[in-house]
Amino acid sequence: MSGQQIIGFEGVGRSFVHRDRELVATRDITVSIHEGEIVTIVGPSGCGKTTMLNLVAGLMAPSRGTVTYRGERVAALNGRTGYMTQSDHLLPWRDVASNIAVPLEIRGVPKAERQRRVEALMDLVGLAHFETSYPAALSGGMRKRTALARLLAYDPETLLLDEPFAALDAQLRLRMQTELVRLSRRLNKTVLFVTHDLDEAVALGDRCLVFSPRPGTIVRDVTIPLPRDRDMVALRQDPEYRRLCGELWEQVAPALDATASEFPEPLPS
Amino acid sequence: MKLFLGRALLIVAVLVVWDVSARTVTDEFFISRPELVAVKFLELVTSGRLFYHGWITVLETVAGFLTGAAAGILVGLLLGRNEGLARLVDPLLTAVNSLPKVALAPLFIMWFGIDLGMKIILTATIVFFLVFANTYNGVRSVDVQLLEILRLMGARERDLIAKVIVPSALQWVFAGLQLSVPYALIGAVIGEIMAANRGLGFLLQDAAGQLDTGGVFAALFAIVLLALLLQAVVRGTERWLTPWKVDGERREAAA
Repeated sequence: MSGQQIIGFEGVGRSFVHRDRELVATRDITVSIHEGEIVTIVGPSGCGKTTMLNLVAGLMAPSRGTVTYRGERVAALNGRTGYMTQSDHLLPWRDVASNIAVPLEIRGVPKAERQRRVEALMDLVGLAHFETSYPAALSGGMRKRTALARLLAYDPETLLLDEPFAALDAQLRLRMQTELVRLSRRLNKTVLFVTHDLDEAVALGDRCLVFSPRPGTIVRDVTIPLPRDRDMVALRQDPEYRRLCGELWEQVAPALDATASEFPEPLPS
Repeated sequence: MKLFLGRALLIVAVLVVWDVSARTVTDEFFISRPELVAVKFLELVTSGRLFYHGWITVLETVAGFLTGAAAGILVGLLLGRNEGLARLVDPLLTAVNSLPKVALAPLFIMWFGIDLGMKIILTATIVFFLVFANTYNGVRSVDVQLLEILRLMGARERDLIAKVIVPSALQWVFAGLQLSVPYALIGAVIGEIMAANRGLGFLLQDAAGQLDTGGVFAALFAIVLLALLLQAVVRGTERWLTPWKVDGERREAAA
């Protein structure tokens, strides 16, 4: 456990109405996330992993229980969080530099300062010399880097990442994972990271929350006893890492065996 | 190059069939002949009548096009971002839209007389609905998740409109504009045919009134040229305003 509690869930449940029928997506979630932690979230689809991120971001309100952020109830959009999903959501009509500048423009940062910060961010995520490319001309990895730089541009304390690397090939994913851990540690971000990939959940997380099938709730809260600064490539050979992955597989397997949900997981809207 | 040759051959073939049939199966009086049309057209050019009347039609079309497009974009944005309002006015808009807009011409003549204003308003009405429908659908199809992500960054409604809604609606707006060019000409030319003493529509009607088939074809040819010109202007403007699309196309072409 690193710093103080930053996110708190107290008996949180969320239901949706679907075809006049109440559908319980998640129930009885009680968990506490600490500052600077990287927490990965796994579970079968439709179990409410994305719902959990949406609740922290204030994109939806809980049906039961309370969600708190730094001790205060999340009532409106939580501007101290930043969201990134599988789709990078770049603006196709803006080049890389001006995509990264979007949050700075919104916050009214003066132009000179904006340019300086965009340049620093591009260096940080390894995008130097791509400033005038449009997203359509970029590879998947470069687009992710741009989205990450944009996310970091307004310096949210907490990063809500919903399978951000799911669409990347294995090699690229490894590189982006490395970058993510490096940056989160260096900037002391708190990270909630939803994934389908158990190996990724172990490789990235200080902790891993395992969800049950719907109605989803946290059935395991696994602490991952690997060092905070990890070498993603070397990790693949680490016996401790492999043991942890195997253990997690065993815990999640019963949940994954359960039939996949009949309804898709709702998007944050 | 092959395509270009094929197209040239096709046009020549049409002209030959036209010429031959005018001399044999049909009558020159009804369908004229390519040569006579060319002569008439040259006459129009050298006498300056083409430019005088063409200019009037351009004026009406462009003014109507701009007013209609501006109103269509504005209303499309407004209703696209305001679902309650959109539901409220939907039956009214659908009712007016189901009307062939040309049927409004007699009413507009009564209201605005037979001068340029009436053609501009008729054109604007036609263009408005096309651009409105496209803009509205463009605004509605903006990715909700993207908007949420920007809201978390602190974006207010005006940020969303300026940074996301307008640029992403732009491609639908241009689809609407492209579609509108021939319809804009319908407004102007029909208006002129019905009541006017100037414009390409008048030229057309005047030639028909004198049973001058060659003159009719020459006027039609002038209208086609004008339509192509306007289309090129819209396409050029689109390319200029949406450079990222060209970038993507180039990449595909290179791949």
